[in-house]
Amino acid sequence: MTLALMLIGVPALAGLAGLLVRGRGPARALALAAPAVAIVVAAACAAASPTGAFTLADFGSVRVSAAFDLSPTASAVALASSTVAFLVQLYSTAYLRTDPRYPPFAAQVNLFLAAMLLVVAADDLVLLLIGWEVMGACSYLLIAHYATLPKAPGAAAKAFLVTRFGDVAFVLGVMILAAAAGSFRLSEIRDVPEGAAAAAMLLILFGCIGKSAQFPLQIWLPPAMAGPTPVSALIHAATMVAAGAYVLTRLLPLWPAELLVAVAVVAAVTMVGAGLCALAASDVKGVLAWSTVSQVGFMFAGVAVAAGDAALFHLVSHAAFKGLLFLTAGTVIAVAATDGSLRTTRLRPGDSPPAFWAMTIGLASMAGLPPLGGFFSKETVLGAAYEAGTPAGVVVFWAGVGASILTAAYAARLWLLLFWRGTDREKSRARLAGPEAFSLWALTISTLGVGALYYRGPFTVPELHGDLMALLLLATLGGFAVVGDWWWRAHRRGSRSATDDRFDPARLLGRTRPAFAAGLYGERLAAKATRALARAASLGARALDERLVDRTAVEGSARATLAAARETAAGHRGGLAAYLRLSAAGTLVVAAVAIGVSLWHG
Amino acid sequence: MNWLLVAAVALPSLGAALAWAYRGERQAHWLGVASAGAGLVAVAVLPFGREASGWWHRLDLAWAPSIHLDFALAVDGVSWPLALLTALLGLLCCVYNALGAERSSASAPLQVPAATVATGGPFPKADRAVGVPAETTIAAASASGGTRQAGVGSVRTGRTAGAEAGEATAEAGRVSPVLTSLLLAVQAASTLVFLADNLVLFFIAFEAVLLPMWAIIHRYGDPAARRHAAGKFALFTVAGSLLMATGLFIAVADTGTAGLGAIITAGGVGEPVSLLVFALLALGFAVKAPLWPLHSWLPDAHTAAPTVGSVLLAGVLLKLGTYGLIRVAGGLAPDGAAEAAPVLGALAALGILVAGLVCLSLPELKRLIAYSSVGHMGFVVLAFAAGTEAGVRAALFGNLAHGLVTPLLFFLAGAIKARAGTGRLSSLGGLRLAAPRLAGLLGFAALASLGLPGLAGFWGEAFTVYAAAERGGAWLALAAVAAFGAFLAAAYLLRMLRRVSHGPVAPAAAGIGDVSAAEAAVWTPLVAGTLLLGLVPGPLLALFAEGLL
Repeated sequence: MTLALMLIGVPALAGLAGLLVRGRGPARALALAAPAVAIVVAAACAAASPTGAFTLADFGSVRVSAAFDLSPTASAVALASSTVAFLVQLYSTAYLRTDPRYPPFAAQVNLFLAAMLLVVAADDLVLLLIGWEVMGACSYLLIAHYATLPKAPGAAAKAFLVTRFGDVAFVLGVMILAAAAGSFRLSEIRDVPEGAAAAAMLLILFGCIGKSAQFPLQIWLPPAMAGPTPVSALIHAATMVAAGAYVLTRLLPLWPAELLVAVAVVAAVTMVGAGLCALAASDVKGVLAWSTVSQVGFMFAGVAVAAGDAALFHLVSHAAFKGLLFLTAGTVIAVAATDGSLRTTRLRPGDSPPAFWAMTIGLASMAGLPPLGGFFSKETVLGAAYEAGTPAGVVVFWAGVGASILTAAYAARLWLLLFWRGTDREKSRARLAGPEAFSLWALTISTLGVGALYYRGPFTVPELHGDLMALLLLATLGGFAVVGDWWWRAHRRGSRSATDDRFDPARLLGRTRPAFAAGLYGERLAAKATRALARAASLGARALDERLVDRTAVEGSARATLAAARETAAGHRGGLAAYLRLSAAGTLVVAAVAIGVSLWHG
Repeated sequence: MNWLLVAAVALPSLGAALAWAYRGERQAHWLGVASAGAGLVAVAVLPFGREASGWWHRLDLAWAPSIHLDFALAVDGVSWPLALLTALLGLLCCVYNALGAERSSASAPLQVPAATVATGGPFPKADRAVGVPAETTIAAASASGGTRQAGVGSVRTGRTAGAEAGEATAEAGRVSPVLTSLLLAVQAASTLVFLADNLVLFFIAFEAVLLPMWAIIHRYGDPAARRHAAGKFALFTVAGSLLMATGLFIAVADTGTAGLGAIITAGGVGEPVSLLVFALLALGFAVKAPLWPLHSWLPDAHTAAPTVGSVLLAGVLLKLGTYGLIRVAGGLAPDGAAEAAPVLGALAALGILVAGLVCLSLPELKRLIAYSSVGHMGFVVLAFAAGTEAGVRAALFGNLAHGLVTPLLFFLAGAIKARAGTGRLSSLGGLRLAAPRLAGLLGFAALASLGLPGLAGFWGEAFTVYAAAERGGAWLALAAVAAFGAFLAAAYLLRMLRRVSHGPVAPAAAGIGDVSAAEAAVWTPLVAGTLLLGLVPGPLLALFAEGLL
């Protein structure tokens, strides 16, 4: 219990304290100390598996507990998150060395980590929800970090609003589940009536889709690159985006088996669609962002075949290589001194060997080359799908194979475009700052070594299948082959300019390329539709509220009263004749009423 | 201990009298601060030596027994947090005035050009059409005059015209101690409402709140809109109170006693009149709460009121409505409440939705926050209407959380308006660059207001959804509306932040100062309270659990 509280409390307190800190020195100390402590505590949790609970809020018929359950798998995820967060903090000390807003940035990263760890450790749905939404708010703050970047506030608001739109369903699902089960404790929720469980799980799935940027709520993730590169690494690698998949694995026991096909469809569409978008994307971080969407699709695929551990294994290995890729991308863009557009960003491998090797290993792991982590984790997910023998398994298996081809293709494209187009700049070896280099090396080693978790790790995953390995390798090599073939033929056609678009293997997509590069216009359409809808609804509501209720009913009744008063007053200053008429009429009325009443009683 | 109950009411009253008596002197403010502080202490120590269940302390003095009027005060776990909130906000407002934290005077024109319909002013055409009493005509004329002059293009003429319309221009630059006196009067009367254990006394106190609040808006509000807003506020509230009084008297006649606690413990009024009593009381309280569609006085009143007025309006006056609804209406007529619950719940959900949608396109800062209150109060009423144990506690919690968060938002909005001279979202921007700490606080308050977990707003709103989901059936739809309302809150608050905080620095926001020490001192308790309630909700919920409901 103490361990679990420390795991979340230390980064949270460091984050809150960091918001008050002004100086760069103390801010940096807090920034590095908190994730470092979290790493140690998470490692201790992996050994001790602490659980514990105390009541946080008692609502009579139901209570919210600060309940933690750090199983070894949860501890592994916590360890991955803390490690990535630590390396991101370390990298940022150098990356943001000239940024005056570094102290709040570092504090928000720590809060973000605390929120993620809360999601990982929570055994209570409301506690989980707290971490879940605090993470969304921190992502808003971090994406909007650059105060002068015009697109940053919009991207930040979009990230927060889209995930919160998912949260409408998530909250509703959690509340329905708890109302049916009488408890928020994950370890106590059992035997939920079929209907309530189905409704709640579909609603929660929608929330996870929002958080994990799966189809159809993937629209927030690509613009979120407006934040600093370390933030992208944090969001994509081991926190927010992975949280949706993680929560689904925690809730796996509650899923009605036949509904898992819904997860499978989401995963399949996302894996393939995002893979195509990544292949067409026009800047470095765009490729990586779409690749995250596609890779998280693999985690959802693991959930769809009820193989939670396989999904978590992929989560951990993805954390290593995606953290590496994003941090390296930041370095590459800085060395090339561009805005990150693929058309202009190019280096020679010799310009920065650490960046070259880090990028190469990260991309190879993502594509699934043995013996890197990505190979093992992807194999276990597809192996689980292969063994499942359910409709969901069939759907995600073939989608997974297709997505593997696409993964290999976009990884190869990125690698070729970044490093093998030469450059006209004079040869100079860019030196990386110490903290940056350390982060890159640490993540490279993690990426190389994470496959060992397959043999000695907390995850219960299916055996390696020989035939499946062969198929997966073939798919990967096929992806490489197609892109490589395009590349060589473009060269043989003898294009002179290195930035010539004809080199770009994305042209494989033909005329559909612009559509995929723009994410199938999903973002623009959604923005337009939402804005139009919001404007119409808001104007409608205002017409109802301000015109009908306020002006017509309220002010109107005031006007009517005044008008009546004026009429009455006018009747009282009419002169003698009018008074006479009035009193005669009054007498008649009184007489008539008196006669009527007496008749009624008589 | 029982006399502390009297002290809690008497100290602010004394302060009000003193501040009024010495209104010529600048020290009068500090007299008010001292009495408000003493009042806060008196309320704060009430939990000591309390009874285990039911009333903690009770004091009963005969006053006019023939009309069932006793000076009976009592406090328990439901009313104490609200009394404490009232005392705290009263003190903060007094300190705010005493330190002169708001740079321009509260009576100076805050809106340039003069208020229009969109910014919370009256509907000039409508007013002219009926030729309403003289003073409103003047206000409307000056408002349209201001608009016309501003239309010519000179902001300065607009400002001058607005200022001339205000009679308080003579004392511009300093906040008058009379305002402090009126604030203390509101505080005293509100505390009396929360502590009253006699229905007639409750009614008297409820009415007594109205007068000083009316005066605050009427005298110290935004010159362009204040008369109209004050009149609307007063008429609305009086109409509601009369219905409420009828309900109270029926209850007294039915049970033969006017003791609030006695009736509640006896199980409320008899079955035949229960629905009638509840309907009358609920109508009265719904005006004050406010429940859609009886809310339209609120945006006008808030927009026109000075900052401290808005703070008390949001933090205290709205609480009178919800407290009355939950404690008095629900306690006196539980059967009627159960019968009327679907109507109440549907109206509350509709209010959440409409307020959220309206907020999406409002052009003015204070009006936006005012409308957001309608949404938040919708959550409270919906949770109460659901009627489950969790629902009632969520309602009480959300009620209190709103009393911390929205006053903070109003303080911030007031500070921004006073500095920038405008509250129009379209003329603000870049606050993050111009005044980073002010922008940070605004962001914090906005996050708290949209119900971010870990801050005070979350527990009430999330468990409103739970309570509605617990009822099942058609209530599930209301739960969905409430959850969607929380999304709308995020949308409109982020829109506000984007307009106010982000982007390039707008001319109006250029060179405005950051948070001053005085402001920081006043706002810190609210920020701390918001964090504390969000992180440790347990003790407060335990207080509600042992309350008399």
